[in-house]
Amino acid sequence: MSTYTDKIRETAQRLLKECKVEMVIGFRKGSQPMMNEPCVVRSPEEVDQLIWDSNCGINLANYLTNRKEKIGIVAKGCDSRNIVTHIVENKIAREQLVIIGVPCLGMIDKRKIAAAADGEILSVTEADGQVMVKTAQATQTFAKSDVLQGNCSVCTHRNPVIHDEMIAEPVPEQTDVDPYADVAEIDAMTPEQRHAFFEELLAPCIRCYACRNACPLCYCPTCFVDESKPQWVGKGQDPADVRTFHFLRAYHCAGRCTDCGACQRACPVGINMRLLTKKLNKDCLELYGWEAGLSTETRPALDDYQPNDPENFIH
Amino acid sequence: MKVIKIEKSQWSQGLDNLRDAFRLFGPVIEKGFYDYRELAAGQAPDLSFQNTRLSPKSLVFPQSETMLNYSLDPADPERNIMKEAPKDYAPRAVIGLRPCDAKAMVLVKMNFDTEEYQDPYWLNLYNATTFVGLACDAPCGTCFCTSAGCGPYHEEGLDVLLTDRDDHYLAKALTDKGAQLLEKAGWTQAADADTIIEKAKQAAEAKVTSKIETDGLRAADTMALYNAGFWDDVAFACINCGTCTFSCPTCWCFDIQDEAYRTKGVRMRNWDSCMFPIFTVHTTGHNPRDTKTQRVRQRFMHKLKYFVDKYDQGIMCVGCGRCVRQCPVNIDIRKVSALMNALSVQARCAV
Ligand code: SF4
Ligand code: SF4
Ligand code: SF4
Ligand code: SF4
Repeated sequence: MSTYTDKIRETAQRLLKECKVEMVIGFRKGSQPMMNEPCVVRSPEEVDQLIWDSNCGINLANYLTNRKEKIGIVAKGCDSRNIVTHIVENKIAREQLVIIGVPCLGMIDKRKIAAAADGEILSVTEADGQVMVKTAQATQTFAKSDVLQGNCSVCTHRNPVIHDEMIAEPVPEQTDVDPYADVAEIDAMTPEQRHAFFEELLAPCIRCYACRNACPLCYCPTCFVDESKPQWVGKGQDPADVRTFHFLRAYHCAGRCTDCGACQRACPVGINMRLLTKKLNKDCLELYGWEAGLSTETRPALDDYQPNDPENFIH
Repeated sequence: MKVIKIEKSQWSQGLDNLRDAFRLFGPVIEKGFYDYRELAAGQAPDLSFQNTRLSPKSLVFPQSETMLNYSLDPADPERNIMKEAPKDYAPRAVIGLRPCDAKAMVLVKMNFDTEEYQDPYWLNLYNATTFVGLACDAPCGTCFCTSAGCGPYHEEGLDVLLTDRDDHYLAKALTDKGAQLLEKAGWTQAADADTIIEKAKQAAEAKVTSKIETDGLRAADTMALYNAGFWDDVAFACINCGTCTFSCPTCWCFDIQDEAYRTKGVRMRNWDSCMFPIFTVHTTGHNPRDTKTQRVRQRFMHKLKYFVDKYDQGIMCVGCGRCVRQCPVNIDIRKVSALMNALSVQARCAV
């Protein structure tokens, strides 16, 4: 991973020196184990802040929305797909960007590790596909593949789909994964079971909106939950209002979500709201053969009509 | 005040004795995380926690609270009259809140209980509650209470302070309320344990190694801090969610909303957050804190400077570390305070 870091710094420095970009968006080391902080560097002297490791799960496309500068951006597979979506949706222009592609080997799930660790975590390091977790009591080693974020363990687009620079050779894509196994489980439930499942899933939500705000798709100037004229949804903790927020937000992401996992990662109470967006991703794939953010040349599923579009789901 | 020894074998009986006089609340573990809940009959608080994910502020300041009810029914002679919502202000006791969270109650009280205004909702719940604290013998690495005007054995805001001594608790009654609770529970065995508690306190304080730097802030020039060059860099990663403010025991902002359906309506208040863009939007549409940087600056300036200037009672942070642990993009108040403090040293003499 340190070679990734070196290559990112070199590339950022060159782009800034040659005035190809005004700023580079990437990650710097966080103050907590398994946390990095999105940051921006504006001069060649500052590039040593930039780093790369398996804790770069925040989606950096989120930081591009409506920016006017010429920007270099570090992008793993899912970030690149959200950059494509941003370009298609006119949130940033392709010409403004120099995309520094990072072939990604997946991000580690800080909650999985915290749950498996024996006591409070003091530090987490990684090498050769292993993750070493140090606590006051012990040092534990996990295979990285066992502690990946849920979305990363089933990701089939690890390599950036769009890039101007690549900091390493592409990594092999995962082919033997079933991204929708969890959705299938919910599909198989009776309506009553499903209702109970979602009730329980969303019960801990405190409506902090970290999921929405971490999502590059959620850039509406005023989100429907924040509107007051008319007021679409109550602002309190009534479960009906909490669920309305989640269900409607998921629909607003239909055909756009890249399953980057930033929403789930950001949630302070660990809710897997991705289950909602994934169901819609699965529908888009099955009905329209559509996966979001793969090309700037095609129109998104919900933005396009084909005479042979299936209609049998409309009742 | 006196110290009582509670054998752990007497613990649950004592709690049961309290149930006639108090509704009991305490930490319980749910899906791997601790939170405060009302304890069911026979349920004991789970005191093996380090700290809860969300603070206990919701016990006196619920996230959503109905203030008033009204009828919109044209046939109702009392329609359109706001009426106090019925509430249960019977005595309650929180068993096992951490000293930092108790100190936070004291800070929040400065806002809800002033000479000019006394917030009835907050005060009624606060006054109905007896706070039984649990000293921290194993603070988290992200706790910095000792440099935030607080500490693992801090007593402010508590009625009783418990110390866990393996097979027994030592309970220090700090107020009359606390002494009464201990008596009601039937815990009466006096102990001469001041030295034991003092030693445990020193050992616990020594374990809090994380610090916040604030010594220069009081004397610093407010505008020099406000205009500091670092705010854009501090704010860049922030996604303006409510995580830091909602999980913070000292954040007290709320928003009042009316919700009406058919013939009935409620006026309620909900937690609000200075990090939300709509927090400051005027009815004209103008937003005086229109940018992320302004909002992030507001949060830190309020906690570390405006509060200090207004009350002169230290910072509006007790060092619980929740915002540090839970911010999705790792914005760390200790780092920000260090930046502000370093500037303070230069900005002290600014005019
Ligand atoms: S909904 Fe979640 S997984 Fe989908 S693009 Fe947004 S942040 Fe990523
Ligand atoms: S981040 Fe989690 S708690 Fe916050 S609004 Fe989203 S689901 Fe709810
Ligand atoms: S500082 Fe962190 S927790 Fe607070 S609003 Fe910003 S992103 Fe959310
Ligand atoms: S500002 Fe952060 S550390 Fe301080 S009391 Fe609030 S949540 Fe705790």
